[in-house]
Amino acid sequence: MLDFLAKVGAAFLGFLAATGRLVGFALMGLAGAFSPPFYPRIILRQIVYMGYYSLPVVGLTAIFTGMVLALQSYTGFARFNAESAVATVVVLSVTRELGPVIAGLMVAGRVGAAMAAEIGTMRVTDQIDALTTLSTDPFRYLVLPRLLAGLITLPLLVVVADIIGVFGGYIVGTVKLGFNPASYLTQTETYLETMDVVSGLVKAGVFGFIVALMGCYHGYHSRGGAEGVGQATTYAVVSASILILVANYMLTTAFFGK
Amino acid sequence: MNGSTPKIAVRGLEKSFGPKRVLDGIDIECGVGESLVIIGGSGTGKSVFIKCILGLLHPEAGSIHIDGAETIGVRRSERARLMSKFGMLFQGAALFDSLRVWENVAFGLIQGRGMERANAKRIALEKLAAVGLGAEVGELRPAELSGGMQKRVALARAIAAEPEIIFFDEPTTGLDPIMADVINDLIIKCVRELGATAVSITHDMVSARKIADRIAMLHKGKIVWQGPAAEIDGSNNPFVDQFVHGRAEGPIQMEVRAV
Repeated sequence: MLDFLAKVGAAFLGFLAATGRLVGFALMGLAGAFSPPFYPRIILRQIVYMGYYSLPVVGLTAIFTGMVLALQSYTGFARFNAESAVATVVVLSVTRELGPVIAGLMVAGRVGAAMAAEIGTMRVTDQIDALTTLSTDPFRYLVLPRLLAGLITLPLLVVVADIIGVFGGYIVGTVKLGFNPASYLTQTETYLETMDVVSGLVKAGVFGFIVALMGCYHGYHSRGGAEGVGQATTYAVVSASILILVANYMLTTAFFGK
Repeated sequence: MNGSTPKIAVRGLEKSFGPKRVLDGIDIECGVGESLVIIGGSGTGKSVFIKCILGLLHPEAGSIHIDGAETIGVRRSERARLMSKFGMLFQGAALFDSLRVWENVAFGLIQGRGMERANAKRIALEKLAAVGLGAEVGELRPAELSGGMQKRVALARAIAAEPEIIFFDEPTTGLDPIMADVINDLIIKCVRELGATAVSITHDMVSARKIADRIAMLHKGKIVWQGPAAEIDGSNNPFVDQFVHGRAEGPIQMEVRAV
């Protein structure tokens, strides 16, 4: 029994220590935002890489998510004659939940992994030490631009995902399910509130920060050559995905919980 | 500054990784303009020693004085000022893959010192020429260069900001003997032209004999011998003799595990 308690205690202390290291890393990364030197070109490059090049994957997943959502909700609501709620369910689900979550998970897979691999390779090949010897703070040069890019870019991607997702639902609703286009759009607009969109965009900002933080953190601490970089990449994607889902629940509770 | 003050003075330096003590009370000095080479087998703590001086690793005990001033525990701003005195050539060159060659060489000037890009590029091309590389190489990516060329670019980057102290981590490892000699000649030329102090670590005795004014041998975290390069063959130190002659038998036992 004591052994079991000791293991639980050790695991809990390990969790607290890991959380402390992660928070410390994030604070060191963000601290550079308040004093020069700044690297606007690198921030812009990261925004383009994280945002522009993620548009196809986010757009594709968003449109199919909207389409499936329309089909499934129609099938369910038809059982108690509530088919007219399909448009409302699609727009609320996409803007509040699915847009930010799907975009966050897609960007975690595409960008978080690449960040961990790039920074991890820089770590194991001494490039991060080289930055320091060239009077350049790796946190300002590598970490901060990625954190800011995540924070800025994901809300923009989610705006696009929201529009495309709702459009996917509209296509299925009007072409396949036989809704009148005008009444579908009216239903979509009538029940959509500003808070629905804003909450989704706030979530997106948090998710973007999580993706960038996990990519940078695991890349920065990778050890042991190619195997270490591979592990860092896996940890970055898995931890970002889990944290996105946990943060999604907490933010939903904060915005809409009673 | 007092002429007798050593450029680098290390006293009682200790560094461990978990239970493994890598540096166990290092005492060594390096004078202004001197070329000190530290020899020793793989895993004896040579790279850790250099990284402690550079501030990349934090020792548990001891002191490191640069120009007579303590550098352990200095504030970040002071560390940044200190870094401007240093240049470093890493074992694997550590060039930035995403940047062109001239941008690598000019990196410390542009990012570290805020120099205008056009001016920094001119200096970078001069430094590339100093290590025997043409301007056309400056437009290439590091991945397009051979190992020897990468080392030369790394050398150009190390001297670009004209540092007072240059560290060389295994500068000739992985190079053929001719290219290794070219790198040795370039190191001597660049260090002399800058009037810099040089600290190199290597297990290449040809390189050590050529570039060193003074040689020190590191074994199990301690300096077991140090003296002028010309005296290494008459050191009468069993560790040095075994290492210099590359003998398997002797006081240095390699850790070989049965498979």
